[in-house]
Amino acid sequence: MELTKEEESALRGEQGEIMQMAYRILVATGEATDAEKLVPIEWAHLSGVNYNTIGDAGEELLSSISKDAKVKVKTSLNPMGFDIDNVSNYNLDDNFISKQLSIKKSYETMGVIPSFSCIPYEIFDIPKRGTQVAFAESNAAIHVNSFDNLKTNKESSFSALASAITGKSPNSSLRKENSSKLTIRMKVENPNELTYGMLGFFAGKVGDESVNISGIGQLDRRSCKSLCGGMGTSGTCAKFNFDEDNPESEKVDFDQEEMNKVYDELNTCEKGDLITLGSPQLGLEEISDLAVRLKGRSFKKRCMIFCPRAIKEQATKLGHTNELERAGCEILSDCCTCLTPLIKKEEVDAVTTNSIKGAYYLKNSNGVDVNLKSLSEIIEDETK
Amino acid sequence: MKKILVKGKVKGIILKSQNPINFLGTVDKKTGIINDEHHDLFKKSVKDTILVFPYGIGSSVGAYTIYSIKSNNSAPLAMICEKADLTVATGCALANIPLVIITEEEFSSLENGKEISLDTESSNLITFFE
Repeated sequence: MELTKEEESALRGEQGEIMQMAYRILVATGEATDAEKLVPIEWAHLSGVNYNTIGDAGEELLSSISKDAKVKVKTSLNPMGFDIDNVSNYNLDDNFISKQLSIKKSYETMGVIPSFSCIPYEIFDIPKRGTQVAFAESNAAIHVNSFDNLKTNKESSFSALASAITGKSPNSSLRKENSSKLTIRMKVENPNELTYGMLGFFAGKVGDESVNISGIGQLDRRSCKSLCGGMGTSGTCAKFNFDEDNPESEKVDFDQEEMNKVYDELNTCEKGDLITLGSPQLGLEEISDLAVRLKGRSFKKRCMIFCPRAIKEQATKLGHTNELERAGCEILSDCCTCLTPLIKKEEVDAVTTNSIKGAYYLKNSNGVDVNLKSLSEIIEDETK
Repeated sequence: MKKILVKGKVKGIILKSQNPINFLGTVDKKTGIINDEHHDLFKKSVKDTILVFPYGIGSSVGAYTIYSIKSNNSAPLAMICEKADLTVATGCALANIPLVIITEEEFSSLENGKEISLDTESSNLITFFE
């Protein structure tokens, strides 16, 4: 990778340790992704916020670098481990809370916007077509590459942080015009958001950098997010192409049989003790749709709903949070199903969800069983 | 050899996986033990091994997991992959764990349990011990 004189000087440590670390990460990233140079970016979105995922080592690292580091471009932030407004309801130990608040403070000190959301594409204005950004959260990287006409690598936590601090990112192959040599043909009939999540999970397994998808029409917001969340979980793939079907591409079918394989891998039981909605977090459209569907009904068991704080505030003004709470929902801001410390295997055996991403991490990280159902089935079976 | 992403010199025993690794969620950040029952390294620890696997997958936060297992002395001595991915590359860059990307042919020549040395500065990247 070719560096400018100024970038070389930063790499040699002449602009301080933080810049040197940031450029070392960018160079490793560039070498790994065949980039020939660094390009300016306008927006970084960071992962690595939840104490449950980054642990003591991450908390100490951030506390140390925040003493000197400042972000150079607009930088938003992934969810953390809890919602401070109701954390006392969830039996979380003091150590967790204080470490999480330290992480929050470190990011704020660096000048990061405390958005605590994995759906930045739903709560911020989308810049003009073709804008270079650096998004670490996998569902968000896939979403902005595939649906919002922005360009990002599928960044890691560290490469996005390095990009936030330097305002630059390697010009990796994903930032260039590319067409995939693989086309997935969607063959499952009457798909719902759960089907699209499983399609995404399958695509992530078979795809490389990007995949073409044929056989799907216009997707609603819920299905788009489910597709991106599923794909981000299972692979390295970071972009869907919908419009182009390269006739020379290799074809793979996603049919009932393939779908059943994904279902059997992630669905481990037939009944959950509680329900979670939101991984990725729910946006305003989904919340308002849910409020309409729950009119006159209430959940027969606990139902946790995860959304960004900005969305919860809007939903409250529109009367939706009242309606959801009346139906028995617990609404949590700033955090998400994915890698939540609020669901513990000592207290919960199994969770019902419509999220493929949530299912994967609930099973593998929280160690609880998962019962997969679409939102329609959840409302049908779990409310009265 | 295709690429050297993080330089270094180590000697150790190969722990080889045919499956990609999702560091976040499936590798315990204190012990380095793999806890995904669908994974071919289920219940094995990556600690002090030369970890050979196709590539990293999944969440971007996996880079922190790599940094954590290093801080908790449970990290591999080095990693060898067939394909470069950003989570593993940047995690290793920050934690200073040697990382090289090798060809498919070289990848299949590496056997689980064999002792090797890896030296990114040498013309002989990998030396086998019998």
